[in-house]
Amino acid sequence: MTSVSGKGVQVVGTRPIRHDGMDKVTGRALYGADIQLPGLLYGKVLRSPHAHARIKSIDTSRAEALPGVRAIITAQDMPDITERIGELGETMYNLSYLKENVLASRKVLYKGHAVAAVAATSPHIAEEALALIRVEYEPLPPVMNVKEAMTKGAPLLHEDLVTDELGKNGTQPSNVAKHFRFQKGDVEKGFQQADVIVERELQTATVHQGYLEPQNATALWGADGNVTVWCSTQGAFMTREQVYQLLDLSEAKVKVVPMEIGGGFGGKISAYLEPVAALLSRKTGRPVKVVMSRSEVFEGTGPTPAAHIKVKMGANRAGRITGAEISLYYEAGAFPGSAVQAGAMCAFACYNLENAQVDGYDVVVNKPKSAAYRAPGATQAALAVETVIDELCERIGMDPLEFRLVNGVKEGDRRVDGPAYRRIGYLEVVKATREHPHYSAPLGGPNRGRGVATGFWFNAGGPSSCYLSVNADGTVGMVEGSTDIGGSRVAVAMQAAEVLGIPAEAVKPVVADTDSVGYTSVTGGSSVAFKTGLAAYEAAQDVKRQMVERAARIWEKPVEEVESANGVFHLKSDPELKMTFKDLAARLLTTGGPITGRASVNARGAGPGFAAHIVDVEVDPETGKTQVLRYTTVQDVGRAIHPSYVEGQMQGGAAQGVGWALNEEYVYNKQGDMTNSTFLDYRMPTSLDLPMIDTVIVEVPNPTHPYGVRGVGEVPIVPPPAAIANAIYGAIGIRMTTLPMSPGKVLEALQAKGKRQR
Amino acid sequence: MLERLRVQTLVNGEEIEFLCEPRQSLLEALRDILKLTGTKEGCNDGNCGACSVILNGRLVDSCLVLAAEVQGATVETVEGLAGPTGLHPLQQSFLEQAALQCGICTPGFLMAAKALLDREPHPSEARVRLWLAGNLCRCTGYDKIVRAVLDAADKMEVARP
Amino acid sequence: MRSFEYVAPRVLSEALAAVAERGERARVLAGGTDILVQLRAGRRQVDRLVDVKAIPEVNELSYDPHRGLRLGAAVPCYRVYEQGSVAQAYPGLIDAVSLVGGTQIQGRASVGGNLCNAAPSGDTIPALIALGAVCIVASPATTREMPAEDFCTAPGRTVLQPGEMLVNLRIPPPARRSGAAYLRFIPRNEMDIAVVGVGASVVLDDARQRFVSARIALGAVAPTPLLVKAAGEALAGQDVSERSIEAAAAAAMAAARPITDMRGTVEQRRHLVGALTRRALRRAIQRASEE
Repeated sequence: MTSVSGKGVQVVGTRPIRHDGMDKVTGRALYGADIQLPGLLYGKVLRSPHAHARIKSIDTSRAEALPGVRAIITAQDMPDITERIGELGETMYNLSYLKENVLASRKVLYKGHAVAAVAATSPHIAEEALALIRVEYEPLPPVMNVKEAMTKGAPLLHEDLVTDELGKNGTQPSNVAKHFRFQKGDVEKGFQQADVIVERELQTATVHQGYLEPQNATALWGADGNVTVWCSTQGAFMTREQVYQLLDLSEAKVKVVPMEIGGGFGGKISAYLEPVAALLSRKTGRPVKVVMSRSEVFEGTGPTPAAHIKVKMGANRAGRITGAEISLYYEAGAFPGSAVQAGAMCAFACYNLENAQVDGYDVVVNKPKSAAYRAPGATQAALAVETVIDELCERIGMDPLEFRLVNGVKEGDRRVDGPAYRRIGYLEVVKATREHPHYSAPLGGPNRGRGVATGFWFNAGGPSSCYLSVNADGTVGMVEGSTDIGGSRVAVAMQAAEVLGIPAEAVKPVVADTDSVGYTSVTGGSSVAFKTGLAAYEAAQDVKRQMVERAARIWEKPVEEVESANGVFHLKSDPELKMTFKDLAARLLTTGGPITGRASVNARGAGPGFAAHIVDVEVDPETGKTQVLRYTTVQDVGRAIHPSYVEGQMQGGAAQGVGWALNEEYVYNKQGDMTNSTFLDYRMPTSLDLPMIDTVIVEVPNPTHPYGVRGVGEVPIVPPPAAIANAIYGAIGIRMTTLPMSPGKVLEALQAKGKRQR
Repeated sequence: MLERLRVQTLVNGEEIEFLCEPRQSLLEALRDILKLTGTKEGCNDGNCGACSVILNGRLVDSCLVLAAEVQGATVETVEGLAGPTGLHPLQQSFLEQAALQCGICTPGFLMAAKALLDREPHPSEARVRLWLAGNLCRCTGYDKIVRAVLDAADKMEVARP
Repeated sequence: MRSFEYVAPRVLSEALAAVAERGERARVLAGGTDILVQLRAGRRQVDRLVDVKAIPEVNELSYDPHRGLRLGAAVPCYRVYEQGSVAQAYPGLIDAVSLVGGTQIQGRASVGGNLCNAAPSGDTIPALIALGAVCIVASPATTREMPAEDFCTAPGRTVLQPGEMLVNLRIPPPARRSGAAYLRFIPRNEMDIAVVGVGASVVLDDARQRFVSARIALGAVAPTPLLVKAAGEALAGQDVSERSIEAAAAAAMAAARPITDMRGTVEQRRHLVGALTRRALRRAIQRASEE
């Protein structure tokens, strides 16, 4: 690790062992599916075998007769929430679409769309019961990509969907939910000023987050009407909101208990099973656990959109980008709301452009409703922009990192969609990348190439809460509401420890249920170390203030007389009179009572994150297979609270990006069936497919956070596909424009090139 | 009533007897019957390694073993890895090296790594990567996991008399 | 998964009777790494699984330089590659058994099971064919033998009649100056199904200049693993040279009858047959030369 670390901190920047680690290495940590309750029933979901069909009838009688079956539900069992939908309009999600996605009522819109669910005394019996439910379908022709969906006369997924065309509603039903545009300057003029113009059309595949833990939910609908849900969610409060809205309950009737979560990456925000488990519990009066199989995860939960992208960029001989335009067509899946908006904002976010235009299209197709996946929308757009820049650099004969130093964004520059940057670290990242020995190392063999690419992600903040309670032994209990997916408990606890001047180990963090902690927004947008870190910082300040007051009371001095530094309280007038945090903690109960601190924040001003990756590959010219030989990630993280987990995010994002680049894809047949919904055939990287992943942490502190945190989780997935495409070009001289760049496609391209040359 | 089989087995050194259906896997028996939920289900078809346990000294996916097949066998799961004196060096190294993020794959990796180090105390990085290829991790990119296994091997070497 | 009955006999005759009693509704359970997945996915249904892992004949693994290898149908992959004498005598078989799944799968999956599963892509099958393996099949009444190349009849189907089971395999002792290899192509580096697999074995003359004989078998390019006699014939009596290797590769490509599916296309597979045949032959020749 290379780090430009700040001074004056004791805990921040160190590498303590995470608090939840012991439970997780001994198998004691309880994840969603691990919950065991008395009288537990097991639920299973019946899913559509068709990509597009009308549901004509559902007959559950034979299934109900199977011994061991306790309840069966369909969409008819969902409460009528028409009024609520009307009142709510569009919030974070569209409630009517969410309802249809949880259990289809009239039409199934993708293979794997839920249509019914069974609760039984064993999962095997529930599964047998599914086979006895008779659903009569009227199959309809599916549309499986944006081109098909946008063709005139294409089958329509939603008869009532009209295009929001640049802010105006269309008159005819369409599969295009939205077309929007961002503009800056005059792009035509920009292209006229260019010496070199590169224009490309690219295609990315539907890919999945691939978290190892399948979705799960266990619910108990009590006789008093209170509903408790145990599940793996990225945000207990977000899940509570979806559950109470869909079940037409008041907020307080639903308690969500967040269990440990086995990965999310954006995929565990939307509700799938929680309302189903709750309804099955209401019908049976018993707790019901529903756990997805792996193929249900692939076919029934949100992947990230496949994208069709047209991009055109021009530069002058000096290496300055003169004009740039991009059109992004993203597959929303069965319901509107792909990540195209975010993708559109990210597309050119690394570059200070005078003339640019971005068009985005949100298109529905007969695939699962797309969901967030680590920097949602940004990776697809970066593939287009960063590979075209590589080509521009080649054409004008300029080093690709030099080119980025010429065009890269800095404080004060504006994105195409408007916002101006505060202090950011893009140029620092590019410089650190150029200086890394990897960038100038010899490739060491034939058929090898090196690629670089950069990426941007906003990072987010939002509402968050934290409670602290001081224990007599000098430790501090910490209650937070942020799901810890990858070590955020420790990063949050460290910020409280830093304020209090105590070791990280002396803070004992707990992620609490929705009845036990204040509202906290989802673990998403790389927000937790920033927003919940801020809440913990503020709560610790609250504790510290009270501790100072207590010391003053004990010493019978005015509060202003007491100072606190590094966990020691002392008198200004008499520095010899002092108490450690621990000493004082031991005296609290007898000197006025316990001390608790709290803070609820709405954290604003998250600092954007930038990353640059260098990758070396070797392509086997006989098979088309690409092997990643060396990988370096460079990233501005603002400030690394716990560098090990920051590195882990950088490495993990890069690894997912490698999978996205090389092998991962949903393979569909003509009927719209996914044919590879297993870990065997949805080829995520294994330990043998990756090298060690070097990390360079660049720290340009975010001025809006007390320790400079920016957020680190998402941007590392943005550069990899582009960097690998550029490296493949270096190895074999072919510009790959379709993801994944799997051996078959590379081989085909090699053979086509061979034919051209003959 | 469905037919139930009586199975006697040694799990983490303890003699255990349970009843199961023939169709129940060892993974189901561990989790749902014996309540040993440290062993995880990721795919239920032998492609992720989250359910890895050591059966008669050999690493297996417990989802691909029937519970009935462990009659008379010895089974080691993650719950048995730490002894009364403390963590296994692998567990310690995983913590120190930050080799877990979400942690759901961790029990499987620990058991796989233990099976390796039991057999080969000094594996190379390449050997570790090959041995662990049946265990998927989606969070870490494997870097820190591989380092933790190599680190644990070093620790165990030092501790050896 | 539907209910079924589980039995674990200790004697071969009992196992044969248990299988015969249920005919097509019974299935032998060895490593279980295919059958359990298929039962769970509903791709197969059975009334009875007959666990044969307690039966001595089915678990025998013995090598004798004169008699060759006896490989019980339920012997898991790891036992094959961990037994030094076997590993030394049959590196081509070791190539294959070390590629089946990952460590966990190799702890359970057997060569016999791979054969009985009869996937066109089964990794051990081209290796067995190239090595001239013979399958010993028994029923309560009789025992019969057939070469490995005749065992699979269609995807997921074999010559086994209801009531029959594969007991073991015999592989002849390696000839002097012989060598074998199995190679497959997969998009990842592990945990994948062969897009194409090629098993090759060669016997060279004393001067290591000419092929005395050769056998080449292909996986994943036809409804069953395929012995390409023409490829072997193209090499017999020829000089060991890139030209003769090329001729064999061409014969293999001509014999391949691949399909396009989610794992590969016709064109890609045919091309890979050529590339992998060349590579497998080179490796087999190298092993024969080192012999």
